[in-house]
Amino acid sequence: MSLLEIRNLHAKVDNHEILKGVNLTVNAGEVHSIMGPNGSGKSTLAQVLARRDTYEVTAGEVLFNGKDLLAMKPEEAACEGLFMAFQYPVEIPGIGNAHFLRTAMNAVRRYRHQDEVDAIDFLPLYREKLKLLEMDEKLMSRSLNEGFSGGEKKRNEILQMALLEPKLAILDETDSGLDIDALRIVAQGVNAMRSPDRAIILVTHYQRLLDYIVPDFVDVLVEGRIVRSGGPELALELEDTGYGAMETKVMETAARGGEVRAR
Amino acid sequence: MSLATLTENYLESFSDFEARAAGHRLPWLKNLRGDAFARFCQIGFPTTHDEDWRFTNVSALAQTGFRLAPASPTQLSPEAIEPYRVPGAGVQLVFVDGRFAPELSRTAQLPDGVEAGSLAAKIESDPAELEPLLGRYFDSGRDAFSALNTAFLEDGAYIRVRKGIVVEEPICLLFVSSSAAPEANSLVPAAGAIMTHPRNLIVVGENAHAGFLEDYVSLGQDAAFCNSVTVLLAGDHSVATHSMIERENLRSFNVSTLRIQQGRASDVASHSVLLGGALVRNNVHPVLAGEGAECLINGLFVGGGKQHLDNYMLVEHASPRCASRQFYNGILDGHSSGVFHGRIIVQKDAQKTDSKQTNRNLLLSDDARIDTKPQLEIYADDVKCTHGATIGQIDAEALFYLRSRGISEADARKLLLVAFASECLDRMKPGPVRERIEKLIQTCLAQVALSVTSASSSGTGGVGYWEAAE
Ligand SMILES: Nc1ncnc2c1ncn2[C@@H]1O[C@H](COP(=O)(O)OP(=O)(O)OP(=O)(O)O)[C@@H](O)[C@H]1O
Ligand SMILES: [Mg+2]
Repeated sequence: MSLLEIRNLHAKVDNHEILKGVNLTVNAGEVHSIMGPNGSGKSTLAQVLARRDTYEVTAGEVLFNGKDLLAMKPEEAACEGLFMAFQYPVEIPGIGNAHFLRTAMNAVRRYRHQDEVDAIDFLPLYREKLKLLEMDEKLMSRSLNEGFSGGEKKRNEILQMALLEPKLAILDETDSGLDIDALRIVAQGVNAMRSPDRAIILVTHYQRLLDYIVPDFVDVLVEGRIVRSGGPELALELEDTGYGAMETKVMETAARGGEVRAR
Repeated sequence: MSLATLTENYLESFSDFEARAAGHRLPWLKNLRGDAFARFCQIGFPTTHDEDWRFTNVSALAQTGFRLAPASPTQLSPEAIEPYRVPGAGVQLVFVDGRFAPELSRTAQLPDGVEAGSLAAKIESDPAELEPLLGRYFDSGRDAFSALNTAFLEDGAYIRVRKGIVVEEPICLLFVSSSAAPEANSLVPAAGAIMTHPRNLIVVGENAHAGFLEDYVSLGQDAAFCNSVTVLLAGDHSVATHSMIERENLRSFNVSTLRIQQGRASDVASHSVLLGGALVRNNVHPVLAGEGAECLINGLFVGGGKQHLDNYMLVEHASPRCASRQFYNGILDGHSSGVFHGRIIVQKDAQKTDSKQTNRNLLLSDDARIDTKPQLEIYADDVKCTHGATIGQIDAEALFYLRSRGISEADARKLLLVAFASECLDRMKPGPVRERIEKLIQTCLAQVALSVTSASSSGTGGVGYWEAAE
């Protein structure tokens, strides 16, 4: 059984169709990179999978670990092991970062019938991850993402991922806005999470991230459909040729009324 | 009820009261009460045509025939009020239906230089000390409620902190409405519901430091009307904190007035937390009379069901170089309504006044309502006054972010509500009072979050959750 099975997924927002039949299979242990031009629907796909209710799913199905993902609430999906790192993490004044992280971690642990961690046991847990991500401990006592720099926000997303130990992590442009050192550190954090029973989807525009986190597959999303899938070399090809060629292919596909199976 | 019968009802209570109340033989006190009652009869209860009462309709209150509590106070067991004691507070004065209950109070730990007890007892034992204070500072002609309070002035707290004394632990006043059996399910209370008019006089001497809490609770479900006045005199260079919690049952009427008179370079903070009551009006009226005085007025109100919570501030800058800050946060659900009316008067001589006013509101349902009204009257030319108000909903992005990390919808809402309320908590000094308030807010907001969450999925809602939180 695949970890994630997306079949013919259609989704719209404000009566505007954005996902137009996405098919994608992700197995445990795999790292996928989803690439595609601006506005092609990458974040939409990530948000639909994380169960954001502003997007209306009009057709298709998604199985996560064999369960109907589209029937889940966001918190259920998270507890079942889905994690999405936001392209734009939200700032929430008044909620302490450490308190938030422990609340989230305990919510997930309760669902998984694991013991909750108290504030004292939590300290060494997050300290270890902070070190890996070279994050300043001061960020823990501040309000969640409030006034964090772009890089600090992205690292905070990875910190959350590391603590919540998801089965599937979708990182939506976690590399954008990072300088080269920060990129290396974030990549280190992600690589530390790679394991045979976990899958990672990297949404990115740049080969640079993929130099650090080498994907098993590259999936190209154009105008709401996965139009091509291949190995890591596909990212390099895109870097040369751009998405222009792919877009032509979409048109052809649409004209044929068929679909391009991702793999 | 016609105006005549209305006044008649109070007249009957007043004639009884006047003849037997503590100090009824003191001519000055008799005059004070008599004049105030005459004033009440003359002006009557305010209507919404009155600018200061535009958003608050008191006709349900005015039409109810309240009576004074019986002369012999209701006996309560210590266990009954145990849950309301503040852990870590030194002195606690308990008032049952407006009357001081010495057997329930704790005054053993009274520090040197501090007097705290019953005003009625003080009237009997040492009226000379009270005479110059009771009639002053507080203009009972302002409105019917002030007039009524002075007319029925008898018991409450009398607290005096001598010059230079620093009181570490808060002095807590607990006002218990003993109303017992739940009656018919009507919002309009039966005739004969009890009214109380507590009057507190707090004198903080020059360079003294002290903190006070007024906590209003009801033990039963009966309607009651509590109309309290606290006069806080803050001497030169004194530091005083006054906190008030309104958490009576959802059929109660509560009108409270805090009148603060500030001396030179005094520093006063007023914190009010309105959670309970059917119709609540909280007046905070500081006069910054001494140069360089500072005043913080901080408030939080959380309403649900059909609650109406009205916050009225009148800040008078009467001397130069004074600073005042007003911060009020409101959370309103169901069919509840809230009012923030912040009036700032800067007198001609009050140059270099620095005044700031902020009111932030969260409306959790389509039927909840807030009226916010800043009102600046500035007669000096070198002043800095700012004000701002916002009205919003729970941020959907933030809610999704929290839920996407595994936190349930109700818990996520609670986190966001507590974050909003914590802006007010953060302005309170750490200590037993803040801990008590924090606990109450946590419990209350957990209920709000649950009720909003279930309302959003079932399409109903608008229940009063304050009592459910108890
Ligand atoms: N509320 C909305 N109403 C209409 N269109 C919307 C709405 N929200 C998003 N869109 C559109 O949906 C499309 C897909 O957006 P999405 O954020 O998924 O793209 P993306 O592939 O992540 O792009 P980027 O690379 O810039 O992050 C865009 O064209 C966007 O403008
Ligand atoms: Mg995007």
